[in-house]
Amino acid sequence: MSGTGSMPEQKRKKSIREISPIDVYKSLPKTNCRECGEANCMAFATRLVNGELVLNDCPPILTDGNSKSYDTLSTLLAPPVRAVEIGTGEYRMTIGGKYVLQRHEFTYHNPTPIALDVHDLMPEEELLERVRHIEEFSYNYIGRKLVLNAIAVRSCSNDPKTFRSAVRKIAGISHYPLILCALDPEVMEAGLLEAGDRRPLIYAATESTWKEMAELSLTYNAPLVVFAPGDLGLLRSLVKTLREYGVTDLVLDPGTFAEEGLSDTITSFTAIRAGACRNFDDLFGYPLLGVPLTVWTGEEISDDVLKWREAITASMLLSRYADLLIMHSMDGWVLLPQLIWRFNIYTDPRKPVSVESGVKTFGRPNPESPVLITTNYALTFFTVESDIKAANLDCYLVVVDTGGLSVESAVAGRYFTADSIAHALKTYNVPALVSHTTLIIPGLAARLSGEAEEATGWQILVGPKDSSGIPQFLRERWPPEPA
Amino acid sequence: MAQKRIDLTTDNEKLLALAPQLLELLRGVHQVELENFTMEIGDLELFIPAFGSLPAPALSSAGIATFAPPKPTELYRESYKPLEISYPGKIREVTLGATRAEGGSRSKTITIGGATTPAYFDGLHLPPHLPVIALDVFDMNVSLPKVLRENVSEVMNDPAEWAKMNVKKFGADVITIHLMSTDPLFKDATPASAVKTVEDILQAVDVPVIVGGCGDPRKDAEVFTAVAEMAEGERLLLNSVTLDMAESKTLERVATAAKDHGHVLLAFTGLELNNAKELNRRLYKFIPPEQIVMDLTTVALGYGLEYSFTIHERARYAALMGDSELAHPVISAATNAWAAREAWMKMPSIYGSRELRGPVWETINALTLLLAGMDLFLMMHPAAVLTLKDIIHRLEKPGSARADRIQDWVSVRL
Repeated sequence: MSGTGSMPEQKRKKSIREISPIDVYKSLPKTNCRECGEANCMAFATRLVNGELVLNDCPPILTDGNSKSYDTLSTLLAPPVRAVEIGTGEYRMTIGGKYVLQRHEFTYHNPTPIALDVHDLMPEEELLERVRHIEEFSYNYIGRKLVLNAIAVRSCSNDPKTFRSAVRKIAGISHYPLILCALDPEVMEAGLLEAGDRRPLIYAATESTWKEMAELSLTYNAPLVVFAPGDLGLLRSLVKTLREYGVTDLVLDPGTFAEEGLSDTITSFTAIRAGACRNFDDLFGYPLLGVPLTVWTGEEISDDVLKWREAITASMLLSRYADLLIMHSMDGWVLLPQLIWRFNIYTDPRKPVSVESGVKTFGRPNPESPVLITTNYALTFFTVESDIKAANLDCYLVVVDTGGLSVESAVAGRYFTADSIAHALKTYNVPALVSHTTLIIPGLAARLSGEAEEATGWQILVGPKDSSGIPQFLRERWPPEPA
Repeated sequence: MAQKRIDLTTDNEKLLALAPQLLELLRGVHQVELENFTMEIGDLELFIPAFGSLPAPALSSAGIATFAPPKPTELYRESYKPLEISYPGKIREVTLGATRAEGGSRSKTITIGGATTPAYFDGLHLPPHLPVIALDVFDMNVSLPKVLRENVSEVMNDPAEWAKMNVKKFGADVITIHLMSTDPLFKDATPASAVKTVEDILQAVDVPVIVGGCGDPRKDAEVFTAVAEMAEGERLLLNSVTLDMAESKTLERVATAAKDHGHVLLAFTGLELNNAKELNRRLYKFIPPEQIVMDLTTVALGYGLEYSFTIHERARYAALMGDSELAHPVISAATNAWAAREAWMKMPSIYGSRELRGPVWETINALTLLLAGMDLFLMMHPAAVLTLKDIIHRLEKPGSARADRIQDWVSVRL
């Protein structure tokens, strides 16, 4: 790993960045059999250390004769933060499995699932309504469907029968992964009787219940959260003890304090993840659970204030290493930024920021179809693309090489100029595609319209500032009136 | 895998290289710590079997433990001590504004920067200066989202009144006056009129002032030079100088004016650290590094905030590891959050009202970059400003967590 200041390092394990393809190649079968689809074992090794493939993509290494190599490589490539699975079958989700502290060191794996809560004293109708809402809430973001991921069932009654009945209802109507929340082991056991075969996440083992919860975790082969609010020493003690007890799939909850104690929350999450990824401290090498829902335990203030607080707490924990979140607010304005930020921070920073420049064709354009122009910043392009596709438009889109800058930045930085527009029209032979000479430029580039008319000889129409306005713009303004 | 003999006394490195495998073999054997090893070579070989895995009997015979340890009945007590991490580098401190005694007219100055660790990484190293917030003022009518406009609609035609309101009502630490009207493609207002506007702002408020140009490298150079001269000694932050200015041969003029008249420069580059370093190197020829702040570009949540987040984490880490060309305080135009359609657009009711969505967007944009080490924010919505101030203060108070507050969250009745 590249420098960590004068941190006392226990060099027990290589960081993913120090593992070379050669390290991996040495333990591969070296037959170049191409069963993995790669040209040879070295190519496979390279993609493996880049995190693009997994070891199980090599069929020969899964055979008996290679079990020792398999073990060697599994150990070598194991992430310092354990990957823990919750749920079964196609609804199974994986949390943790992180290789690095900071995103730019490699890339983050396993986007943080977001669970919403229900509890066992909710009237049945409300319970069903919340579950329906959890499953249906989604947002279409640059062509991707962003969704919520899991249901946390809390016991407010602290009564085994009541909890069991609620878990039965939820398990009966939803396949989503479950987090069972009850601090009394007897109540937890009642819930597990109904959902024990679903590999739910058990919340939680505490200083007083670790033994009983460990037994339940082992009996039901279900992962277990360790809850030690504000006490990292206790958290470590519990992890060590539970591991000795034989529980391997642990999740850490050092407590989410959204008001007083926010500083401790941020630094605890950071210390745990830094300990795991930088110091290979294996007592910290487990996924982190953040519970923005705790904002609702504070004093009674307006719901909107609590929702606001929950939104900002969740977003900070997404940035600071939470591998799983439990939330309460169902409001779109609270959830939407989380879903988008999660999607963004889990994209691979090694991938280029830009898309290829050129002319993209949408639908079946003819010589009278509109020609639009934008920049080659990936998110700009995908946003425009998704708006054009959603409206089933037939048109051409010229993508200018602005070095991967968005329209606004590219105009300010003089990458998107009258000259670069003229250059793009010429280079991509746009005049040959259409019989007209009208170009629609982004509203954020409005100031270029005069110069661009001069530089291109085309008539310039200033389009909407946001590409969501393109369909309406074309309805109202296309075909253009003759100049 | 190493099956040959290893001389423990002379080749500690090799033992450490074996560590992952050792740990794997020793899974469940809690007593063993690498530093406590006092084995003979013969013992080590037992840990590294040549064929398959047969460590259990070997371990027993080594007298360490068995592989089916009894389940613990008591809690093992582990301690936790925060890691003391120190870094070779330090972010420079830059002071904005100057008091009368210092040759300006501000009632107080604001110093930013000085960080010695990544932001909020531990409770031991709090940054020497709290991040501060500048509120925007525009010198001409700009199209603002409705949610922003309604807070300032009475003062939008009077930059001086707008600046006063930002300080008095919304708690701005700093004021940014954006001289949009100077843009040759809009009003092409003269440097003299820009100077007048900045004078008015300096009269109206006594906090430090940031002067924003129009983005045209030639026009900005004229305007900044004139403003720098007029506001001699005020330690304005000139927003911004760019590599485009270097290309247009106007950089030297602006940088020299800033140095001669005692101002600070904001070096703006577009999400590219090599460019940021190059621009700084060019500036060092004309002005001391203590008069340079960086803007590495803030993109809206949903439109590439992750690029801003990661480039700031990279820059800060590199600076702390000793790259002095990046060891400058950084600012974020969190107002850019409003470029995201999710911030201002009417959406289906399931996504909530834009009156809440917009400000929460700006807030999250700013908070995310706060965690990446931001020293100064340019902001607009009062709720976002209040929240950010609140969070900044909370993050300065380690040791205030009270377990009893959240202990029973599982059973809270909602």
